[in-house]
Amino acid sequence: MSIDHETAAKVAKLARIRVEPDALPALADEFNTILGFIEQLGEVDVDGVEPMTSVTPMRLKRRDDVVTDGDQQRAVLANAPDAREGFFAVPKVVE
Amino acid sequence: MMSELTRLTIAGARDALRAGDLTAADLTEACLTEIEGADALNAFVHHTPDMARQQAAKADARLRSGDAPAMCGIPLGIKDLFCTKGVASQAASHILGGFKPEYESTVTAKLWEAGAVMLGKLNMDEFAMGSSNETSAYGDVVNPWRRNGTDTALTPGGSSGGSAAAVAADLCLAATGTDTGGSIRQPAAFTGITGLKPTYGRCSRWGIIAFASSLDQAGPMTKSVRDAAIMLQAMAGHDAKDSTSADIPVPDFEAALTGDIRGRKIGLPREYRMDGMPAEIEKLWATGAEMLRDAGAEVVDISLPHTKYALPTYYVIAPAEASSNLARYDGVRFGHRAKLSQGDGITEMYEKTRAEGFGAEVQRRVMVGTYVLSAGFYDAYYNKARKVRTLIKRDFEQVFADGIDAILTPATPSAAFGLGEMASADPVQMYLNDVFTVTVNLAGLPGISVPAGQDQRGLPLGLQLIGKPWEEGDLLNHALVLEQAAGFAARPDRWW
Repeated sequence: MSIDHETAAKVAKLARIRVEPDALPALADEFNTILGFIEQLGEVDVDGVEPMTSVTPMRLKRRDDVVTDGDQQRAVLANAPDAREGFFAVPKVVE
Repeated sequence: MMSELTRLTIAGARDALRAGDLTAADLTEACLTEIEGADALNAFVHHTPDMARQQAAKADARLRSGDAPAMCGIPLGIKDLFCTKGVASQAASHILGGFKPEYESTVTAKLWEAGAVMLGKLNMDEFAMGSSNETSAYGDVVNPWRRNGTDTALTPGGSSGGSAAAVAADLCLAATGTDTGGSIRQPAAFTGITGLKPTYGRCSRWGIIAFASSLDQAGPMTKSVRDAAIMLQAMAGHDAKDSTSADIPVPDFEAALTGDIRGRKIGLPREYRMDGMPAEIEKLWATGAEMLRDAGAEVVDISLPHTKYALPTYYVIAPAEASSNLARYDGVRFGHRAKLSQGDGITEMYEKTRAEGFGAEVQRRVMVGTYVLSAGFYDAYYNKARKVRTLIKRDFEQVFADGIDAILTPATPSAAFGLGEMASADPVQMYLNDVFTVTVNLAGLPGISVPAGQDQRGLPLGLQLIGKPWEEGDLLNHALVLEQAAGFAARPDRWW
């Protein structure tokens, strides 16, 4: 499976990372090198093998469905690049 | 005199502090002085001297009152991946520029509760993605070690390169690291120190900036095996805020250090004998096996048949998890936001912010992860890799079931290489650095790198021991025997 420029551009779009058009050929080459390395997995017989979901055989714990935290508006917004009137501010999302 | 203090081990300092022969204030001051003189290493990237002095004063009061845990008054460096309240924590990435967490990671909180002292934050590869500390937004870390008679700048390894360099150069008594594919053990080997990756779930991941959540684990980077036992004791334990942290008792790791491994069975996996392995590495491995045999252990050949698939498996699973974890860096809630042009909407904000904020290696891995998780490839890549991961883990379960107590391997395929030396290599060449360590993360096991010798040019080399899940005490005991037999006492000549 070889990745062309168009696929590289699509992946960049999905990842929400701007890649300038002139950088796409090099990016596609790198993907192909890495994916070529990954292709080795095709040799392994995995018939009847379960995909790993947890590396240690543990049940995820559940906790009581109660409020444990909150009323932290200042702390939540403290690191925002743009916070106004108690909210995160972003460019216009809907016209 | 001052610099001699910073050479102390945790165990040595603990005993001196408790005996009243030393104060935490003096020890901390000595470390701060060393750090000031070590800018050339670029290990400490955020300095917290005021906090250190306050913590040291409190530690001294606690020591005087007789209520002093082992880590009380011990000055540490903290990898930049750990969130530390009010102190810059940016995973060596531009995208977290200016981020000062409003909370403290569980592991660092436990260390401060135990009385440890924070000297500052340590350089690393960006988001812990790298094996040479060359992907950092802060610039490269320089290894305190040099090849005999040369002044070529060498890598300290990565991703915990700042931690490794700081401990090796005696800027601090020990440091925290994290290990996703070898990021504690490989830099420890490159700098002649001890690095322990605990069993997955032993230390809480809460407040540690996530890379690949099913593989990430924090651990100690220290000057001795005993120190690793002492420091892990303070870092480990269940945390309700990390649902994957294990709710099982934390044993006394230092008490496990008996130095007696008679009758124990050590496995040497034949698949780790790689083509083109340097003769020095092979010799070191054989010497290590001989040392364990001399200590009364039985050394046997074992097979871990899926070893060669560990790196390709890792390079599906880790990028997949990273692409998901790093989706949060969107320029909205924290860190960097790109300057926008007239008419730019929210999509442009995301795309420009992430293009500016992430370095090349992080972008590459996020996109590879996006690709292997995308419609049509999820089964072929991601599910396939998760199945092979099951087989890799099964290999280890099988040898442990057959009576193996610990596995001995080289820690790295080479000694430290030069900074920039791999610049023209393709990314996969760099990934090969983790060939001996990555299996351990995929199987969730504890692993430790112990300095065991030097190459012809005087650089340190490490051996790795791999243990059974939750048996860090037993693993550390095997490591202690290796440490004592190897008697590694070399230290880098001070050039910085």
